Amino acid sequence: MSKEKQQVSRRQFLNYSLMGVGGFMAAGLLVSPIRMAIDPVLKKSDSGDYANVGLSVDDITTEPQRVDWTVEQVDGWYESEPSKTAWVYKDDNDEIVALSPICTHLGCVVSWEGNEQYPEQFFCPCHDGRYEKDGTNIKGTPPLAPLAVYEQKVENGILFLGNAIDRKGA
Amino acid sequence: MLQKVYDWIDERIDITPIWRDIADHEVPEHVNPAHNFSAFVYCFGGLTFFVVVIQILSGMFLTMYYVPDIENAWKSVYYLQSEVAHGQIVRGMHHWGASVVIVMLLLHTLRVFFQGAYKKPRELNWIVGVLIFFVMLGLGFTGYLLPWDNKAYFATQVGLEIAEQVPFIGTELKTLLAGDASIVGAQTLTRFFAIHVFFLPAALFALLAVHFILIRRQGISGPL
Repeated sequence: MSKEKQQVSRRQFLNYSLMGVGGFMAAGLLVSPIRMAIDPVLKKSDSGDYANVGLSVDDITTEPQRVDWTVEQVDGWYESEPSKTAWVYKDDNDEIVALSPICTHLGCVVSWEGNEQYPEQFFCPCHDGRYEKDGTNIKGTPPLAPLAVYEQKVENGILFLGNAIDRKGA
Repeated sequence: MLQKVYDWIDERIDITPIWRDIADHEVPEHVNPAHNFSAFVYCFGGLTFFVVVIQILSGMFLTMYYVPDIENAWKSVYYLQSEVAHGQIVRGMHHWGASVVIVMLLLHTLRVFFQGAYKKPRELNWIVGVLIFFVMLGLGFTGYLLPWDNKAYFATQVGLEIAEQVPFIGTELKTLLAGDASIVGAQTLTRFFAIHVFFLPAALFALLAVHFILIRRQGISGPL
């Protein structure tokens, strides 16, 4: 077998060429639709701009306060101005901390001292998730990661917030 | 009259063997509820298919009014539900049927499981059945978003967060489903609509065809 010259029969040749052509046509047909379907995954997400949240740095206390502002959002062909929320306070080193209220468990909204039983903590009403003041998730409650922290900068004494950056789980 | 039409066609293209092949087969005694009432458990598969047919029909009619657009989706559902004659009934069929399908499917699965009907030589059909189950869950998940109300929105939010938990590809998977890396919005709704109305039904039909061909080939498993 191995010594003999490998012959491709006419039938085999036709089979191969038909499969090749068929495969090529199928692939050609599918390339564009598949590329179209996965486009959102490959599209680069533009880094968000900082937005003025309308809060003077002087008004930030050590007690977390809820700040709401709106950002311009482009969702494909749909432009809107959704509102965003942060819990802002100054920590012991006098540094400004802006925490995302999105629970890292399943995405509900937490609030500071949202439950009377747990003072000095963030509380999520959906599954009783809790976080320390610095956003660290409390062991034994559903969340497995700390609350996300907003990128921030201060200009002319006004707080500007950017994207919320996820933190790794403890 | 109808007989004449049938004969005219049959004379030319001989369709009798085709439908006889599909329709003519013996129902074994042990699966016939008329013979032994406890055999009703064998009906769950057929009932699942029956409800699936209801889902397909009611869904087809719902798309006459529904638009997958975030400005108008909720309004179109509200309109067909409150202004269109019998719209409430058709949407009700689709809404409740979605749950009934899952219930029937689970009962069918339990019957097959506890009777051991999945054993050799029917392992392949069990696998196909599990795939059908996943497709059904997908249909339920994608359909839930379409009314675009608060419940739908946040359920999808949570569902996408769950998809994000998949190891290694979670983030990409979520973006692929939602159509955007961070927004659940216009592109999510169109995507879910396409998946719900075209992609998953296509997969479902293919799997159901295999499921039914296999059961006809292998026959219903014997009595306990």
